[in-house]
Amino acid sequence: MNHALRGKSAIVGLGVAGLGESPGFTSWDIMAQSAQKALADAGLALKDVDGLFCAMMEDSMPVLMAAEYLGIRPRYVDGTLTGGSSFVNYLASATAALDAGLCDVALVCYGSNQRTASGKLVTASRLPPYEAPYKPRYPVSGYAMAAQQHMHKYGTTREQLADVAVSARGWATHNREAFMRDPITRKDVLASRMVSDPLSKLDCCLVTDGGGAMVLTRADRAKDHAKTPVYVLGVAAESTHRQISQMPDFTVTAAVESGKRAFAMAGVKPSDIDVLELYDAFTINTILFLEDLGYCAKGEGGAFVADGRIAPGGSLAVNTNGGGLSCTHPGMYGIFTVIEAAHQIRGTAPGIQLEGVDLALAHGNGGVLSSQVTAILGSEATL
Amino acid sequence: MTPDKHFRDGLAAGEIRLQRCSSCHAHIFFPRVLCPACHGTDLDWVNASGQAEVYTFTTVRQRPEKGGDYNVSMVELAEGVRMMTRVDGDPRDVAIGMRVLAYVGDIDGKPAVLCRKTEE
Repeated sequence: MNHALRGKSAIVGLGVAGLGESPGFTSWDIMAQSAQKALADAGLALKDVDGLFCAMMEDSMPVLMAAEYLGIRPRYVDGTLTGGSSFVNYLASATAALDAGLCDVALVCYGSNQRTASGKLVTASRLPPYEAPYKPRYPVSGYAMAAQQHMHKYGTTREQLADVAVSARGWATHNREAFMRDPITRKDVLASRMVSDPLSKLDCCLVTDGGGAMVLTRADRAKDHAKTPVYVLGVAAESTHRQISQMPDFTVTAAVESGKRAFAMAGVKPSDIDVLELYDAFTINTILFLEDLGYCAKGEGGAFVADGRIAPGGSLAVNTNGGGLSCTHPGMYGIFTVIEAAHQIRGTAPGIQLEGVDLALAHGNGGVLSSQVTAILGSEATL
Repeated sequence: MTPDKHFRDGLAAGEIRLQRCSSCHAHIFFPRVLCPACHGTDLDWVNASGQAEVYTFTTVRQRPEKGGDYNVSMVELAEGVRMMTRVDGDPRDVAIGMRVLAYVGDIDGKPAVLCRKTEE
């Protein structure tokens, strides 16, 4: 009954660097600082790394650039770029590679200096040729059109979207690593500058510097490196499109399928999960993913997030670090969903640490709702 | 002739050319060498009727000195394909479900599919 890869790998080291602003540092510097911190956390060194998993905005062969910068010669690499979901996706390839003996120490790493270097969201992607002439603001306009359709079809309101941002800020307020910590209200979100209707500035993720890294080993040696290993119980991906015009239904993401398969692989159900870390590039994301991952019916996400349900003290803990909306968003946020989920299981969260977390979900999104990857992590008790 | 060239030549001639799959009869946009629905490769070309409906849209906000706010829409053509486009006129007048006519206009001097509201 158990999936062959369930629980076969474990996260044994976590590291972040340069969160917020890191003036003068390159994206590679920040990536490398993150990597060193994660390795130190695991009691390992760069010389031990023989599997490298990395995507960056700055180069078309980022995993090779990263290996060169770090001074390592990995025998297994994965640089698959599916946008911000890439780093959740690497949990699948790293687990498979570790289990097959293709590598023994897997390093997943990322870094970006886009806040101090450019001041705006940097993306490696060019606009597709049949969309570019219409000058959508990439990527926000794609998400805005999804939000507009959700509002039209299900009566979702801007106030409900705002509640997602307010909840995220509620968590960030308690997180020393979060970039934006001043509490905000619904009114603040509604009054913030409109960017691409119906999404205003506070419906959009931050633009920060920052990097994150994690180290994985096979589960049977995880305890040599971590006091509390965090096991990869399930991970699954699905993609529906690249260009937003090709998305089958703007109110339904591939998280329906990635979630279903990740839960099946882990052998758990949505109600078993203690904490959810969802890639909230925009407020509509959180609503879509809560629906698609099975936490409420399609169309009910707006009502679901209202009245503080996903804020600190609410009945469902979502984005406990403050998310991409309020903690950090250095171009691609995916790795931070996994890092925060793992922290919650280890009991080492930089912000609010929940009691007794055994199961955590990390969900990555890439492109314009294009790539969805769901991971379920567990403590030793869940093996 | 390549699919992209045939489409662009169509725009230059004032036509919105769509591919149609001979096997499953699905219309296809964007142009390519196979049918994404059934993976057949026997494709022919038809001219779109222009009848279309706004599936969703956004108003991109921009300072007046840079040209002001503008519409970006996703429309579904009567043939069943969806494409990104722009609906003419005041962006605040665009709504989901609105009937529009797709036609070939130009953006920055290059032919492009645009839409105008139809009277109903």
